[in-house]
Amino acid sequence: MSATTTPSTSTGEPHRPVELHDAVIRFAGDSGDGMQLTGDRFTTEAGLAGNDLVTFPDYPAEIRAPAGTQAGVSSFQLHFSDHDIHTAGDAPDVLVAMNPAALLKHIGALKPGGTVIVNVDEFDERALQKAGAMTNPLEDGSLVDFRVQEVGLTSLTLRTLEAEIADGDMTRKEAERCKNMLALGLVSWMFSRPMDATEEWLREKFAKRPVLAEANVKVLRSGRNYGETTEAFAFTYEVPAAQLPPGRYRTISGNQALAYGLVAAAQRAGLPLFAGAYPITPASDILHELAKLKHFDVTTFQAEDEIAAIASAIGAAFGGSLAVTASSGPGIALKTEAIGLAAIYELPLVVVDVQRGGPSTGLPTKTEQSDLLQAVVGRNGEAPVPVVAVKSPGDAFDAAIEACRIALTYRTPVMLLSDGYTANSAEPWRIPDVDGLPDLSTAFAFATERNDADRFLPYLRDPGTLARPWAVPGTPGLEHRLGGLEKAPDTGAISYDGANHHAQTVLRHERITRIGAQLPPLDVDDPTGDADVLVVGWGSTDGPIRAAVHTLRGNGRRVAHVQLTHLAPIHPDLEEVMRRHRVVICPENNMGQLALLLRARTLIDVKAYDRVTGAPFLSSELVDVIERLGGDALEGER
Amino acid sequence: MSTTELPQLTRKDFSSDQEVRWCPGCGDYAVLATVQSTLADIGARPESTVFVSGIGCSSRFPYYMNTYGMHTIHGRAPAVATGLSVSRPDLDVWVVTGDGDALSIGGNHLLHALRRNVNLTILLFNNEIYGLTKGQYSPTSPLGSVHKSTPMGSIDRPLNPVSLALGAEATFVARSIDSDRKHLSEVLAAAHAHRGASFVEIYQNCVVFNDDAFAAVTGKDTKQQNQIRLRQGEPVVFGPEGERAVVAGEDGSMRIVPTAEAGDRVVVHDATREDPTTAFALARLAPSPTGPTPIGIFRAVEGPVYDDLAREQVARAKAAAPADLRALLEGGNIWNVG
Ligand code: SF4
Repeated sequence: MSATTTPSTSTGEPHRPVELHDAVIRFAGDSGDGMQLTGDRFTTEAGLAGNDLVTFPDYPAEIRAPAGTQAGVSSFQLHFSDHDIHTAGDAPDVLVAMNPAALLKHIGALKPGGTVIVNVDEFDERALQKAGAMTNPLEDGSLVDFRVQEVGLTSLTLRTLEAEIADGDMTRKEAERCKNMLALGLVSWMFSRPMDATEEWLREKFAKRPVLAEANVKVLRSGRNYGETTEAFAFTYEVPAAQLPPGRYRTISGNQALAYGLVAAAQRAGLPLFAGAYPITPASDILHELAKLKHFDVTTFQAEDEIAAIASAIGAAFGGSLAVTASSGPGIALKTEAIGLAAIYELPLVVVDVQRGGPSTGLPTKTEQSDLLQAVVGRNGEAPVPVVAVKSPGDAFDAAIEACRIALTYRTPVMLLSDGYTANSAEPWRIPDVDGLPDLSTAFAFATERNDADRFLPYLRDPGTLARPWAVPGTPGLEHRLGGLEKAPDTGAISYDGANHHAQTVLRHERITRIGAQLPPLDVDDPTGDADVLVVGWGSTDGPIRAAVHTLRGNGRRVAHVQLTHLAPIHPDLEEVMRRHRVVICPENNMGQLALLLRARTLIDVKAYDRVTGAPFLSSELVDVIERLGGDALEGER
Repeated sequence: MSTTELPQLTRKDFSSDQEVRWCPGCGDYAVLATVQSTLADIGARPESTVFVSGIGCSSRFPYYMNTYGMHTIHGRAPAVATGLSVSRPDLDVWVVTGDGDALSIGGNHLLHALRRNVNLTILLFNNEIYGLTKGQYSPTSPLGSVHKSTPMGSIDRPLNPVSLALGAEATFVARSIDSDRKHLSEVLAAAHAHRGASFVEIYQNCVVFNDDAFAAVTGKDTKQQNQIRLRQGEPVVFGPEGERAVVAGEDGSMRIVPTAEAGDRVVVHDATREDPTTAFALARLAPSPTGPTPIGIFRAVEGPVYDDLAREQVARAKAAAPADLRALLEGGNIWNVG
């Protein structure tokens, strides 16, 4: 929380807001306490106030983890600011703890001097015991470094809804469940946020039970009034609007943006969209989003398993749909054989992998980047497939369109890598101009006529892209058979000839390599143009790397940054860019998978930094890493 | 749709230029010929017909058809075909699979294609053996089968494909025989005409690894004794003189008795009965085809078709809201900067 004005301690105007550049707030409570929803609403309020923002939702894998335990704590962090930010913030300024478990689990992250709002009603002996507390943290002096606000969130909520309970409009339990709105009202007041949008949203959400809607609104207001009337809070704050590039904005999550990107691509290609999927965390929301968008000629198929999901998509691709399947690491492992089939069929297909912690079931709700090698090389036989990565929630929209562009132009399956962090976190998104989106209808044309004197050659290639014709059933004269067996050139007939297999294998590699050669130049971020240290990242590490590099430059360090969107083929400019720098650093949320690929392909000794704790990098962490690994090369003078 | 008469096609119009490479004498040849001529007879068009197969000897089938075709991966043909069929209502989608492909590695997909009632015609070539991998017992091989991987005899109880399909409440379930061209052709035409998932088990002789597995129902001297022809609306009697009859026992199971003793208890076949219980009881008459075995259409009922329902939802959504991309992107809370 960085202030632009020094807070005045004069009591004349106790609640004139203190202006801040940015603030980080974390809501933490039991899985059933509605923390994700509370965080989401506060995010919308921040977005509407024009802040730049980044969120980090974090919740347990169990749907109903044991109540009151630390394992069952769900949290939502929001970083909002009056300037361009790239991470969800390293340490919160304000922590809202709905119970002892939430307090114990998250107090360690709070900034010294930070504010902690605790629901004091939940601090009885039983709750403390469940949370694993030896002593009551509210009494044992362990919170001396923080500003502690003890608020009876539960009792205030119940008191607010006394009449409703007495009239039998709602049960005591239902009433109690509104307590997250009390917390939201209080925090909204603390940060001078208008609550109209939330009230409107509540009335919409509970349209079927207006009593519940009004109860929630009442409790929300009660939270604000509590802040206003009690003398407990010395200050309120204000984070002014950020100077974002002009445009129309909304907040968007990665999964939502990715789904919208797929729909936009299909619309811009003039094709129906077919999505085959099997429920899996954290990718299911893509299926949920697409299922709501059938009016865009979207067919969603919830398949019997991961293999059927991709198999159905391959069938739809043969039939002329823009076909996608979305899953996470374990599901991608099951789809592997079918991805190879799509590769030899040379049909357009987008395979989305929202990565999570592995191996096996691993950490379903935690983020990781450990499927990179699975995406790039994880198939039987030589089966090169292009790989595109998502950098941020909003970027998922563009990355999805790019994946579709490659799939349609080159008739190939494309892996689109997102991750749990990007999927669930949100950021302000400048809504693109629809007419400015890539026109994908020019990327392909269905074959309509025979391409040889008296026959159709399904593997006769375009000399530029090496793509083969996309001839869909229903077209007279173009009847042909696709198969997983090795093909003879042009005819696609079965061929067991060794020399031909070698030639076809080389050709399939060349096909994918050409995609790289036809990309626009690589984007290198090096404002002074003379950095000797290069940080190469991919995917969702973009935010923390950009924030770290920004800090370092502020300290007079020279450092360049490249964030790769195309992981296969790797952008052909990259090797030359790497050679221009003395030190190349590659931070990843895996055990060095991109570093391995870069070393293998360039023989440059990339310095890897790896962490897989299920949480994204902190920018402060990367500042230290780059300082340490960059060493002298970061100095201003050579 | 063009209103001009399309020329009558022949079997040759459905034959591709690929050399057929099954073992000489394999039952697949006969099925291929019958499928090709049946397609011509029923007025199918090569450009709107797609054959989708998995892996195995029979799954080479699409290569020999001058239609659109997909030779996919082991077991997954019903899933690939589902995606194609749902997205392309104008196509005739056929699935060609075998006992290993459909019932072992692909059991899950077969089950779900049938219970969803996807508009597919599924032909299961049952030869009770893995042919392509050179002779291991399959999920339909009888208990005790001695093959390469079971030198002391197989210890898995076999599946009866017709029972399985009926258990999944498939709306069209039939059985036929590779070498019985007339019967197979009739069954195929009926399967093709049925809307929804049609399942046809075809007894197919593998001359190399499992010759004469179906001799009881195909042998010159035995077939009349053992083929129980199911004919719609007719009493289920069989034998050279119709001397044996199928009757229902008190517990609902079926038994074979001399026709003379059966009186009016003879089961009259009705494939259109909504309840699959009788069809299932008929299927259980012959858990394996080594004695009297029902042949023909077990079940043919109308049911909601998955493809139609899926497309109806898309159509309803389209009617209710325009495909306005700008409106989609601007949904939610919006604010302006600059
Ligand atoms: S192995 Fe058997 S089933 Fe396969 S082609 Fe030869 S005879 Fe036919």
